[in-house]
Amino acid sequence: MLVPDWQWGYDGWIIVITSLVALTCAIPGSFLLVRRQSMLGDAVSHAVLPGIAIAFLVSGTRDGGWMLVGAIVAGLATAMLTQVLRGVGGVDRGAALGVVFTTLFALGLVLIVQVADSVDLDPSCVLYGQVELAPLDVVVLGGMEVPRAIPWLLGVFAFTFVGVQVIWKELLVASFDPATAAAQGARPILMQQVLMVLVAAGCVVAFEAVGSILVVSLLVAPAAAARLVTDRLRPMMLVAMSIGVLAAVGGHLSALTVPGWLALETQDVSTSGATAVFATGLVALAVLASPQQGLLFGAFRRLSLRLRIAEEDLLGVLYRREVESRGLGQPAGVHLSELGGGGPGLTFRGIMRFASIRLRWAGFATQAQLIPHPDQIRLTEAGRSRATALIRRHRLWELYLAGAAAIPLDHLHATAMDLEHLANPDLLESLEAESARTARDPQGREIPGQ
Amino acid sequence: MPVHHRHRNPPIGPEHDPQAALSIHDVTVAYHRRPVLWDLDLDIPRGVLAAVVGPNGAGKSTMIKACLDLVPRVSGSIRLLGGEIGGVQGRIGYVPQRETVDWDFPVSALDVVCMGLYRKIGWFRPVRRRHRSLAMEALDRVGMADFAGRQISRLSGGQQQRVFLARALVQDAELYFMDEPFASVDAATEEAILDVLRSLRDAGRTVVVVHHDLQTTRDYFDWLVLLNTRLVAAGGIEETWTPENLRATYGGRLTLLEAAGWAMGTAGSGQRRS
Repeated sequence: MLVPDWQWGYDGWIIVITSLVALTCAIPGSFLLVRRQSMLGDAVSHAVLPGIAIAFLVSGTRDGGWMLVGAIVAGLATAMLTQVLRGVGGVDRGAALGVVFTTLFALGLVLIVQVADSVDLDPSCVLYGQVELAPLDVVVLGGMEVPRAIPWLLGVFAFTFVGVQVIWKELLVASFDPATAAAQGARPILMQQVLMVLVAAGCVVAFEAVGSILVVSLLVAPAAAARLVTDRLRPMMLVAMSIGVLAAVGGHLSALTVPGWLALETQDVSTSGATAVFATGLVALAVLASPQQGLLFGAFRRLSLRLRIAEEDLLGVLYRREVESRGLGQPAGVHLSELGGGGPGLTFRGIMRFASIRLRWAGFATQAQLIPHPDQIRLTEAGRSRATALIRRHRLWELYLAGAAAIPLDHLHATAMDLEHLANPDLLESLEAESARTARDPQGREIPGQ
Repeated sequence: MPVHHRHRNPPIGPEHDPQAALSIHDVTVAYHRRPVLWDLDLDIPRGVLAAVVGPNGAGKSTMIKACLDLVPRVSGSIRLLGGEIGGVQGRIGYVPQRETVDWDFPVSALDVVCMGLYRKIGWFRPVRRRHRSLAMEALDRVGMADFAGRQISRLSGGQQQRVFLARALVQDAELYFMDEPFASVDAATEEAILDVLRSLRDAGRTVVVVHHDLQTTRDYFDWLVLLNTRLVAAGGIEETWTPENLRATYGGRLTLLEAAGWAMGTAGSGQRRS
């Protein structure tokens, strides 16, 4: 078996639990990201600790309902205390947040250590979680044994998902343009608090299961990765949820397998830690592969542009050779070795060779069976018409540059060589209109084409 | 936004003209105890295109925000369309300064325009097809229909400003507040915005615009509010557009260029733009 010691009744539940946490966190996480408040999620996930501890002190139980209330109150308190520090004290937003959440977190730790002697609630569990133990703590639900965390996680996920759908517009406008939202009566401050409640609720149910570090990761990382591959909020949220689940599955699987591959002594790798690392890996992947900002796509776009330019340059060379040789009865082909001079050595020649292969493959050029050079290439009919359009563009640009931009004749060719590769239809139309009915370029050569 | 001092306001006192689009009485606004607006008293009648003009820090934006209850006021009362802001929000349109929002936000131009309809749609209800087609009409009015699906960071500054304008248009408000809509836009956008503002005025709407370009003020607007923390003058453009008033507004701060702009705007009035 690929994964050692896999048990559906145990590992399956771990993945379900972590996935539910990821789904729940991705929703408010996406809003926090586009509001540029991701660190507020970090802060709230720590600051709910005293709320949980106080709820525990008051109720004396680890009942989820009490903890939920405690966490939500603490989450709202974080947002409000930060606001007060900013408003009254004039403290910078980031600094205010930093002071408030570390203080609350410290307070929470003190409280938890106080009560830890009498109960099974300890600080390391809060930080790292005990997802490995979660499947063992079961309740009977509809005749079936399920981990105790599951009904709570399902409830909070459903609440978050439905709630965000219901107040979608108001959250959206309050996040994008709070002033206009307020002028329209859309209550942006209330929306901010709703968001804090969602974050706090997600945190508290996730806490016991996966710990606060993974909560922070699942609030921020999936949303950040999703933003890189989408530019609409609704799809972004769905993508973030999928990425979160992917991280949960990948995280647990790698926690099971990676120590074996690396032949580590210990088999004790935390699923929480592995999931957080996996989520970060997915962000890195998005950075590389994002269609708009991604490094890979950028490199691919630059390379394909360079190839197109090489192809078009080669077409131009073939066309000019054909025109030159028309009167001389010479063979109208070009040998690749003739193209060596124009660029930086090997790369340039490689690209030119590749361009000539692509031209032949696409039917724009063909092998010229000419003596004395058997491997020359020349234009086909399709290639000739593409080359004609290209030369027309080149000479129209020269005409325009010489006229409107008053560029000296000996500078025309180089600039036009760059401009002829622009293929924006609007631009070309304007160019055609600019030089209507002119048949010759500034050097008196014919402008081919229509 | 919090509601400030609303309970202290009488329903509508004799100090407010019930016919005015905007009536400001004795309003003072302060940030950290420093007054930004001081004892402001003015009425703007319905159906005018009004410019709010003054030097930097004169409280122009603050005046608009106070009208919309976005900043707390220390004293005074404001009536919009004869009522308090809370009761007339649906009839008021607002175009904030372009820099106040994050243009990287993952929404399309159409999504932004639809936000103008949120109040009409109501809480908890989704945006429907008919709302989107209203938003498309508004985008078309500002010449932006072709860009409806584009993410807003991929629009030029002028295009972004026009999207904001379309969002205000779709509200179909009676009274509009616009904060520097002409700031750093291209000539085509300036023309498009001006056309829309004039058609709003011609349809009997009132538009209050924070404006910074003295050269165009006289051509564009028919009502003028000159502000420098205190009110310097307010009234029809012909009566208020005087060198004395401008000097009083800008004090020693009217730079040579602004003075030249004012002179050009006055000399060329009526000819530069029809």
